[in-house]
Parts: sequence; structure tokens; C-alpha cells
Amino acid sequence: MSDITTANIAALGQIAPAQANQGYWTAVWRRLRRDPVTIIVTLILLAIILISVFAPLVTSYDPYAGSVLRRLKPIGTPGHWLGTDETGRDLWTRLAYGGRLSLLAGVAPVIVALIIGGMLGITAGFMGGIVGTLIMRTMDVFYAFPSILLAIAICGLLGNGLTNSLIALAVVFIPPMVRISETVTTQARHLDFVEAARASGTTTSQIIRHHVLSNVLGPILVYATSLISISIILSAGLSFLGLGVAPPQPEWGLMLNSLRQAIYVQPYVAALPGLMIFITSMCFNLVSDGFRSAMDVRLNK
Amino acid sequence: MLIFAGRRLLQAIPILFGVTLVIFGLVHIAPGNPIDMLMPPEASPEIIAQMKAAYGFDKPLHIQYLRWLGRAMTGDFGLSVFNSAAVFGQLVTALGNTLVLALLAALLGFSLGIGLGLVAALHHGRWLDKLLSAIATAGVSLPHYWTAIVLVLFFAVFRDWLPAQGMGDDALPLYQRLEYLVLPVITLSLIPMGVIGRMVRATVLDILNQDFIGALTAKGLTRGPVLRHVVKNAAPPVLALMGLQFGYLLGGSILIETVYNWPGTGNLLNLAIFRRDIPVLQATILVLATFFVLLNLLVDIAQAAIDPRIRR
Amino acid sequence: MQTAHQSAPDKRDRGGAAQPLLIVENLRKHFPVRGGLLNRQIATVQAVDDVSFSVRKGETLGIVGESGCGKSTTARLLMNLIKPDAGTTIFDGDGVGEAGGITVTALRRQMQMVFQDSYSSLNPRLTMVESIAYAPRMHGLPAREATRRAESLLAQVGLNPAQFGRRYPHELSGGQRQRVNIARALALEPRLVIFDEAVSALDKSVEAQVLNLLNELKARLNLTYLFISHDLNVVEYISDRVLVMYLGRVVETGPATEIYSRPRHPYTRALLASKPTLDPDRRTTVLPLTGDPPNPINPPSGCRFRTRCAYAQPRCAEIVPPLAAPLDTLAGAEPEHLVACIVPEAQAAAEIVHAA
Repeated sequence: MSDITTANIAALGQIAPAQANQGYWTAVWRRLRRDPVTIIVTLILLAIILISVFAPLVTSYDPYAGSVLRRLKPIGTPGHWLGTDETGRDLWTRLAYGGRLSLLAGVAPVIVALIIGGMLGITAGFMGGIVGTLIMRTMDVFYAFPSILLAIAICGLLGNGLTNSLIALAVVFIPPMVRISETVTTQARHLDFVEAARASGTTTSQIIRHHVLSNVLGPILVYATSLISISIILSAGLSFLGLGVAPPQPEWGLMLNSLRQAIYVQPYVAALPGLMIFITSMCFNLVSDGFRSAMDVRLNK
Repeated sequence: MLIFAGRRLLQAIPILFGVTLVIFGLVHIAPGNPIDMLMPPEASPEIIAQMKAAYGFDKPLHIQYLRWLGRAMTGDFGLSVFNSAAVFGQLVTALGNTLVLALLAALLGFSLGIGLGLVAALHHGRWLDKLLSAIATAGVSLPHYWTAIVLVLFFAVFRDWLPAQGMGDDALPLYQRLEYLVLPVITLSLIPMGVIGRMVRATVLDILNQDFIGALTAKGLTRGPVLRHVVKNAAPPVLALMGLQFGYLLGGSILIETVYNWPGTGNLLNLAIFRRDIPVLQATILVLATFFVLLNLLVDIAQAAIDPRIRR
Repeated sequence: MQTAHQSAPDKRDRGGAAQPLLIVENLRKHFPVRGGLLNRQIATVQAVDDVSFSVRKGETLGIVGESGCGKSTTARLLMNLIKPDAGTTIFDGDGVGEAGGITVTALRRQMQMVFQDSYSSLNPRLTMVESIAYAPRMHGLPAREATRRAESLLAQVGLNPAQFGRRYPHELSGGQRQRVNIARALALEPRLVIFDEAVSALDKSVEAQVLNLLNELKARLNLTYLFISHDLNVVEYISDRVLVMYLGRVVETGPATEIYSRPRHPYTRALLASKPTLDPDRRTTVLPLTGDPPNPINPPSGCRFRTRCAYAQPRCAEIVPPLAAPLDTLAGAEPEHLVACIVPEAQAAAEIVHAA
């Protein structure tokens, strides 16, 4: 079957070698571009991230240096446009620096859960049998704890600190991550093209890499992004309870807690850290929704 | 159906067993012996040893686990390390308070969410849909401990309409004690409202797009009967989510209870963590997790009763 | 344009022309059914039960039967996509998976399959050329050559590679996708291709085009086909020999012309009677099949068709009828025509009575 349509092959010389997945991701990108909400929200999120990362560039104050004389100034105070906190530190500075820890503590557990949970789930879904059952039943046990409860219990027992809060939240997010990955992998495994690949002698690892992963990663990633919002709320919540980052580190949940007493004096200033948590979490939710609908090429039609 | 229920009940047993292992394991991974942490530094080694023996902390781990498990099954959770009161009594009171809060919040949140999701789906693509979807997403994105603070700000600080803290004195008349419930219940209900609202909207849209709904409409059925079909098909997944959400309300109330100073399980747990009161901590988590497992069991069975396809 | 494969014997041919390409003996697959309180196995579905047949080099063997009769399970068993409980498969004289025989991996290079669902059998993330070139590349063909082979195959199944090569599955029609699936199956240069309801989901006009393409490819590439379908007309059109299955067992087998003109098994007859026809002179008076096949979890004892058979006798419940030559040797009986029935009258009513 080598000598047919020489003319056709000559014509084909002009076509660049096909690239994997290009068509799908171009389609996703095209749909994303036409979604104004997702674009605006992504920009807001980028701004929050950039301000946090480059916090020293957007403020000249030291996030740790307070002054008894300038305690709890209202919003709009000259030199402190968002006011000051209960020890006289500039709130804008604290919020900018605080984004670093809050974002890190919110995003990192999801990434850890994505990697560990994704691997476990894909393994369980693809192998099935005893290994799959073992993984899924173990996850069921962790599922038996309401998520916040589990996070608080782990954090409370391991002691406070960024690392422990990260571990606690990762443990909370691994089971749902495993479950989603297992479900989509099981679905993909039974599609005919996987069977067809198997029928043409493709090895298991090749099938996982080329056929299963490319079709399963999209839904898993979308699910992971939807967890970031909850993760940010929970990680700040742990700090709020005094189980996360330790003072005097700037972190939104912790700031909200320490400003709580000031609610009668400077209510608007006191509410600001919480507002930041809300905005960030809302942005992540909307971005996740946008990606979900842009990537909605279902596995089976 | 009975077989399905029985099988699910059997499946719950190893899960509960796993739960006890996890709780016990967690406590013992944690650094520091609970007694060492409590005793003053000048306490003599003999007294420390005596205390450990009194609470059973001197025994090997597996013995400690079996003893704890055996007693826990009879409702005996030991004595609080902090104030030597029976854990069981404290827990029952706290659980009752939390349940009142969670049940009312669930009732409010679920009904708001279902209504919101249904109306949004039926107005798909129009401004009402967009508004309601935005509200639902906001509900999901709210850090509820912050919502609590903001609500206190508006209703207890700016206006003295509602009490900000606690659950009121037993001596107060009922309607006054109910006032203490308003803010915590509203705060707690916003999350299930958002989650259920988004889910109902998506599920109903999905069902409305299916062929059989088109067939029903083509048959000339009016909106009412068509809607009945939609509800029947949407009920099982929504029900499952409600079960999960109720569990989260129980667990999630810890943050709310801290802000509102509501004497429920969350408050108890929080205190136990800071006092390193291990018996209280273990018992609280165990009871809440068991409650959650049984709740999901009930939901599964209810789902199967509505939708025979689920009975595998 | 085709020269290499046309008439020259295949280099891989081992047994010679007389050796059947595929011999299947006593193939069996029972699926467990779980249930009850402890989820124990409470029953088995006898999906494929003692099925034996052979496929000759260069022929098309059609397998027909109602849905659930075990056709597709048979195909998957042959491809080793599911493991058989029992039975031997011999490919061109070599036992599959036996010592000194042919390995499953090697078999899969010589035997390929086309599935029913043209959409789900293509990876949505790969272009047509990538999908076709995939298997050869996995078997070590350099990328450039695999691409070239894929493009040549696209042209052979009637799709312009310049136009379709870089498209994704959702950008093609069902018929076009099924052509790609055929090209994909041919990419490893197999000798036997199994079609599992491969044209059943297509429009009638597209179906005819694809069937013609299959015949053309078969002649050009020296292929052997195993063609599975519930559509009697399609099977009649494409097959040299036909195998009729009912509830996991073979009930009748023989040359297509024989089976269609003189069916011997009451089931085959009923099946043919229910075959749709547009010719008013060929409307039948034979009672068509009514009702669904019995539950395969607890199939009837003896002959599995007896519960729907008008000629059933008490002994049909006792003996599993063997696949044998028809009891009455009517004039011009074809030696290859075998039927699994023990009631002479049932076989004798052989002619389909057409209303004149």
C-alpha cells in the first residue's frame, strides 16, 4: 500500500506535520476569548497575584513595623489610604504582603492534591480490581469526615504553622480528587478508541500516556481549579482560628481575626481582609466556571 | 430495596472502623503526650506517671486504641483532661446546639438554593438567570467567618437589632432566644444556598435539554406536568448533594460558632484543640464523622427509593 | 496502482491456502452476576457458550443474531480484549498464546477490528492522520513513514488526505469517521479484519458505499473478513458463509446462499421472515419471531430456542442439539450446511413460503 496517489503525497508536502492536541486547545482558547467575564476575572486575579508577588514595589512601608500613634486609622487617612491595623501597621501594605501567604496556602494544597490524588485516581480507574478497590475504599474513610472538620482536626493536632495547614488541606482535597480522576479514567478506559489501541498491540503505559491522560487531564484540571476557591477560604479559615500562619506574619485570615476586636472602632478597615478572601475566592470560582464551559468537549459526545 | 439498604449498611461498618483508626492515629502522630502538655513544669515525675496511669496513657498504643474503641461504642468517652467532666455529657449538649443551628440553616439554605436554581434554569440565558447565578456563585465564594463578622457589623453594631453573641439565657422567653439564632443561621445557610443553587440549575438545564422532555412538550404537555418530570429526575443527585452539604454544615459550623460564640460542637472542638483536651477532641470528631456516615447512608437509601436505577 | 498484494501469496502465509486462517474451538465466556447482601456471585450470563467455527483465507464469514446473542463478545474474545474462560484459537495453524504458537501481541498485528461507534473509537484529541499512524508508530515505524502510510491509507478508503488528514473526529461525518476507522484497522497490514456492527450506525446510502469499499479493499489487499451484524440484508450482501447465533450458541452455519434460500433452523427461518423487504411479492407468511430472547442469565435447558419454537418437543429440553448435517438429506444438500436441531419436521419446513 505504498504506491498509491503519489500526487496526493506530493501535495501533502506543504502541510506541516500534525501537532498533538492543537485543535482542541485552539478551540478552547477561541471560546475563552469570547467570554468577557472570564477575561475580566482573570485580569483581576492576575492583578492580585502580581501585587502580592511584587508587594515591595507597591508600598514603601514595612509590613511588620507598626506605631502606637497611628493605630486603627480609618480608610482614606493621608499616607494610609486603606487605614491602619490594631498595631498601627499600614493595611494596604499588610494586604499586599498578605496575599503571598494566603495565595500560597490556598493554591499549594490543591496542587499537591492534584498530583497525589490524580495519580491515585488514574491508577485506580485504569487498573480497577483489587488495587482500585483498595484505593477507593481508603478514600471512603477520609470521605467520612466533613472537610473542614478533618482539616481542623489535623491542623489542631499537628500544631499551627503554614506547613501543617498545607498538609491538612491536601489531605482534605485528595479524596475528592481521587474520586473524580477515577470516574473519568474509568469512563475513558471503556471507550472504543482505548480498546482499539489495545487491539493494535499498544502497551498499557503507552495507552495511559497517549490516550487516557490527554482525555482525562482536562476534566481533572477543571475540577482542581474549582477546589482552589474552597481551599483559599479554608486555609484563611484555619489561620482565622489560629491554626495556620502564626502572627505577626501578614495573612488575610489571621489579619481578619486580629482585627475582629476593632470592629467597633473601624468596622470598614476590619472587614477588608475578609473582603480580599471573598474577592479572590470568587475570582477563582468564576475562572474555573469559564474554563469548564470552554473545555466542555465531553468524552462521549 | 431491602437488600440494597442492608448492603449499604454493611459497607458503612468498615468505613466507621477506618474512621476510628484515623482519629486515633492522628492523635498519636501529633507531637507531645497530652499529660506532659498539661502538667506544670515543676510537677514531679511520680505525679506525671500517676496521671498518665489514671488516663490510660501509659499503656501500649494498640491497647489504648482497643480500650478507647470499646468504651466509645458504649458512649463512654472518658473524662475531659481539662476539667475532669464526663465528655459524653458535654458532647450531647454541644451536639444538640449544633444540630439546631445546622438543621435550620439547611432548611433555609436548601429551600433558597432549590428555588434559586429552578428559577435561574427556567430563565436560562436571561438577565434573571445571570443575576441568580452570580448570587449563587457569591454564596459559594463567601468566607463564612467573614460573612458572620459583616452581618454582626450591620445588625448588631450599626443597628442594635439582633444579639451578636451567644445563645441567650435559658430564662429568656422563647422568641427572645430565637433572636440569637437569626444571624448564625443566615450566615451558615449561604453556602448550601450557593452550592445547591448552582447544582439545581445545572441539573435542571441538563434534563431540559434531553430528548424525552422535548417529547413531552411535543405531546402537548403544559409546563406543570413537564416540570414534574424534571423534578423527579433532578431529585436524586440534588438529594445526594444535600446529604454532603448537611455534613459540611455540621463540620463547618466550627468557624461560625467561634465568631458567634455559639456553644456547639465546633466551639467544643476549638476549645479542646487549644487545651489539648484529647478525649474531648477524639470524641467530638468521632461523633460528627459517625453522624456524617450515617447521614450519607440514609441519603443513599432515599436516593435508591426514588430512582430504581441506583439499586445496583 | 495496486500491485504488491493483489495476487502474490502473502509472505506471512504459513499453512497454505487449505489451512483456515482462523479456527475457533469451544470458545466460552460466562460473566458473573453479583448481588445479594454480600455482593456474592449469584448467577452467570452465558454470553458465549461452546462456539466453534473457522474462517478460510480470503473469505468473508458473517455472524448474525439478535442483540445479546454473543456476537460482539465473540469478537472481543478473538481480539483478546477480554479473556475467554475456555476454548482454543488457532491462527493460520498456530495456537494463540500456546507454546510454539503465536503470541497475543503478534496476533494483534495480523488481526484488527473495526468497532460500531465511529465517534468513540477515535481519540478526540488526535487528528485523523495521527490516529491512523499511531499503531504503526508504536510498533517502531519512524514518524515520517507512519504519517506517509496513514495518508496513503486515507486515500485508499476514499478520503483525500490533504483535506481530511488534519481534521479531528468531530469535524467528520459518521461515514467519513468509519472510513478512518477502517484505515486505522488496516494500518498494521492485518490479514484478518473483524467488523463488529461496523456499518450498523450509518445511513443506508452511506452504508452501501462503505460495504462496497470493504469489498474493494478485501480484493486489493488480500484480506479475510469476519463480519458481525444484526442486519440480515447486509450480511447476505457481504458474506460468503454465515454463522447464526442464538443466546451464545451457534444454531446454524453454511454458505450464505444456502442459509438464505434454504434455512434449516426454525430460528434462522423466523429471523429471515422478519427481514424487511420492499418487494411486495416477497412478503412472507411465516410467523415472524415474537417476544424477546429469554434471559441469558438462566437460559433454557437443552435447545435454547425451544421456548420460542413452534416445533419444540419434550426432548428438546433434554439434549443440547449438536451442530450437524441436516437430518433429512434433501436433494442437493450442501455438506457445509450444519444445523443445531434435532426435530426433523422443524428442519423440513425448509422453504420459506412466499405469498405469490
